[in-house]
Amino acid sequence: MKFSAWQQSYANKRSSSFRASSGPLDSSSDGSIKSASAIFWLVLHCLCCLISLVLGFRFSRLVFFLLFSSPAANIYTAPFRSASDLAQTLTLYSTPAATNLELPAANRTAGITASPNSRVVVGRHGIRIRPWPHPNPVEVMQAHRIIERVQKEQRLQFGVKHPRTVIVVTPTYVRTFQALHLTGVMHSLMNVPYDLVWIVVEAGGATNETASIIAKSGLQTFHVGFRQRMPILWAERHRLEARMRLHALRIVREKKLDGIVMFADDSNMHSMELFDEIQNVKWVGALSVGILAHSSQTDEESSASVIQKEDEENRAVPVQGPACNSSNQLVGWHTFNSLPYVGKSATYIGDREIVLPRKLEWAGFVLNSQLLWKDAEDRPEWVKDLDTLDHADEDVETPLSLLKDVSLVEPLGSCGRQIMLWWLRVEARADSKFPPGWIIDPPLEITVPSKRTPWPDAPPELPSNERAVTNVQEHTVKHSSKPRTSRSKHSSRSKRKHDTKIVEPQLPVRHSEN
Amino acid sequence: MRTWVWVFSVLVVYGFVLRISADQNARTERISGSAGDVLEDNPVGRLKVYVYELPSKYNKKLLQKDPRCLNHMFAAEIYMHRFLLSSPVRTLNPEEADWFYTPIYTTCDLTPTGLPLPFKSPRMMRSAVQLISSSWPYWNRTEGADHFFVVPHDFGACFHYQEEKAIERGILPLLQRATLVQTFGQRNHVCLNEGSITIPPYAPPQKMQAHLIPQETPRSIFVYFRGLFYDVNNDPEGGYYARGARAAVWENFKDNPLFDISTDHPTTYYEDMQRAIFCLCPLGWAPWSPRLVEAVVFGCIPVIIADDIVLPFADAIPWEEIGVFVEEKDVPNLDTILTSIPPEVILRKQRLLANPSMKRAMLFPQPAQAGDAFHQILNGLARKLPHDKSIYMKKHGQKVLNWTAGPVGDLKPW
Repeated sequence: MKFSAWQQSYANKRSSSFRASSGPLDSSSDGSIKSASAIFWLVLHCLCCLISLVLGFRFSRLVFFLLFSSPAANIYTAPFRSASDLAQTLTLYSTPAATNLELPAANRTAGITASPNSRVVVGRHGIRIRPWPHPNPVEVMQAHRIIERVQKEQRLQFGVKHPRTVIVVTPTYVRTFQALHLTGVMHSLMNVPYDLVWIVVEAGGATNETASIIAKSGLQTFHVGFRQRMPILWAERHRLEARMRLHALRIVREKKLDGIVMFADDSNMHSMELFDEIQNVKWVGALSVGILAHSSQTDEESSASVIQKEDEENRAVPVQGPACNSSNQLVGWHTFNSLPYVGKSATYIGDREIVLPRKLEWAGFVLNSQLLWKDAEDRPEWVKDLDTLDHADEDVETPLSLLKDVSLVEPLGSCGRQIMLWWLRVEARADSKFPPGWIIDPPLEITVPSKRTPWPDAPPELPSNERAVTNVQEHTVKHSSKPRTSRSKHSSRSKRKHDTKIVEPQLPVRHSEN
Repeated sequence: MRTWVWVFSVLVVYGFVLRISADQNARTERISGSAGDVLEDNPVGRLKVYVYELPSKYNKKLLQKDPRCLNHMFAAEIYMHRFLLSSPVRTLNPEEADWFYTPIYTTCDLTPTGLPLPFKSPRMMRSAVQLISSSWPYWNRTEGADHFFVVPHDFGACFHYQEEKAIERGILPLLQRATLVQTFGQRNHVCLNEGSITIPPYAPPQKMQAHLIPQETPRSIFVYFRGLFYDVNNDPEGGYYARGARAAVWENFKDNPLFDISTDHPTTYYEDMQRAIFCLCPLGWAPWSPRLVEAVVFGCIPVIIADDIVLPFADAIPWEEIGVFVEEKDVPNLDTILTSIPPEVILRKQRLLANPSMKRAMLFPQPAQAGDAFHQILNGLARKLPHDKSIYMKKHGQKVLNWTAGPVGDLKPW
């Protein structure tokens, strides 16, 4: 409530400074200004003014407070604020400090406390800081537990009333980037607040490698092998993935799993709101999928031309999903426009070109698992039985092949306006080698001394070793979009503050001192 | 045999009814204060209020001069006047009135930056009391004991913003017997009379309603606070502002990730409060602040750091069960205190806060609604009825109040 309208109170305060400072003393000594203690305070005041003039900044009378009193054990005061306010504030600052000086002498004086019975004292108080003012990890964990409990209660009250199990279908196979993608999906699924069943279908048979990644999730998983191996061409890979997903749907049917089936491809990215939204589906739902068409091309011209050819609307992320009219009814589909990429798309896995999605991706659909059961009584007539798809000759491109009437699909995510998952395909070359299980065992044999170390007595660099190192590394690491550096240089580069030159793999002509 | 069937079916029906009502009550909980379940009481018919007709220089002219008075946190005095003018408790016959209201806006003299200056308020109040005591006989009948005044300033009827000065002045001598409806409340303080009614400060209801976010947004902030920790303009050395409590909060918890505290002014202040579990309401220059109202409206548990504070409608609202009280000396241990509250207690507090009657009681909506702060004030006044016979002056012309007490400057006419 204070404000700097001290112009008004300035006059009052100045005139009353003498009166006020001798005010509390009036109660003790019935005196005028001529009493000894009043003269003492006057002299003290002048002394402080002189000291401040000499020092050049505001000299706080707090010093006397600390000199005359012994602070209590746990009370630390904040360090003196040598405020930039100068001599002007000195004159303003009359009553409070003066009255506080008496605090140590007499515990309570009448003018300070709110009333004789109150224990709350007006005036200057120490700022209490505990000896180690930092977070305590045990308490932080307890606080997080409280937050979780509160959020669980919120979900019970305001969230989905009867949450259904989420059945996640993921086709995968062992390859360089499998650990990267699968761990991403796994972590998303571990954060889902509902019951979850994860069906992982692996091309080429179930392997221990995939099993070891999945085991870390702690979720209920079905790890199933699929006999065929993953082909190299993208078109064939899409087809095989579709068949793997159908295989997973058959498992749902056999085991009579109850819940909502969603398709999480291992390189996709899902947001947590997605799992809340799919709880609203009744039979078949469709979501908007953001397509992150990735190109590892470094050729700027070709990518610029591609961008120019794209539609104005597609300058942002292209989106596949349901299209609605103004009354929020499904009228059609937004699909991926692949015309700009004709002739420039990737054909085989590990190709540097852009990997294109199909017209509609499986990831954008969710199904009620009861549609897949053999003798479901409530299954609507516009849904075909899963067995009919087994004998179909053509590919099953999307789950829409399961439906006789496509217009009854429910659009989710406020009619496709919210994008809650993103489709991306990034793969290394099919023949790229990586350490099995991403564990380097036995340890690497070649060691190279760091070129630039913080330790002044390291030996100078050895030019001949470096060439050998870069040759060896060429074989092991294939595709990476970062510029190539050797391990040693990378570690020491960050330590040097003044040396910012990026070192090429070729030999530098000169090197700065260590 | 028949009787058993009847008894059984009655029990089954009873069980169903209980279950349905229990389901509904799972989200909120009834509030029972020391005065009982009184938040929903209807004051109409329990009291009668007579509104004095003062010349407009005491109210309307001030408002015309500065319409900002309608939006600041002291606007309760103006809205109370408007409410009473059109309320069913108003009576035009002063003989049958239980309470008398004087419509005087003492906090409407604002600086260019919008803060009220209380220097002329004692003179204004004195002049108003002189007017009503000379024009109507009701003041002299009881020397003001059945009159009430709305004084929402920092320290109530002490009419000063600085606490020491306010304590020196004390409550205006002429108002010693009247009932004061004020926002300031601190136990054993000169500026809080026995029998005063503490009210919440005014917070604009429409502005708060406009910033509501969906209820299912998870509360992910543990402790939230936005405001000053040090007041460098008025307290450059620190330790004076907020009795050092705000500075202690900052120094102890500025690097604690659970505490979202800073001096920023974000545009998402209201939305952030709805995403927080605890909201700090420490004292400033005065112990009360609109933060309490905002915390209650947004369902954030208020953590009140102000020794001996008296919260609004303390007899009707059980604040100990709704908020968390932390003493100023315990501020360095605030994180331990808050994390050691059992989750069931936290959930219960949130359920009490979710009760719509609680939120209504803190607000001054226009037009007035049932159960809002206006009605709680009237309920408080009604609970003080019937007046004790001893308030009436025995002899005609007997004076108990000292009309010449107080600083010399107050005695000048206004």
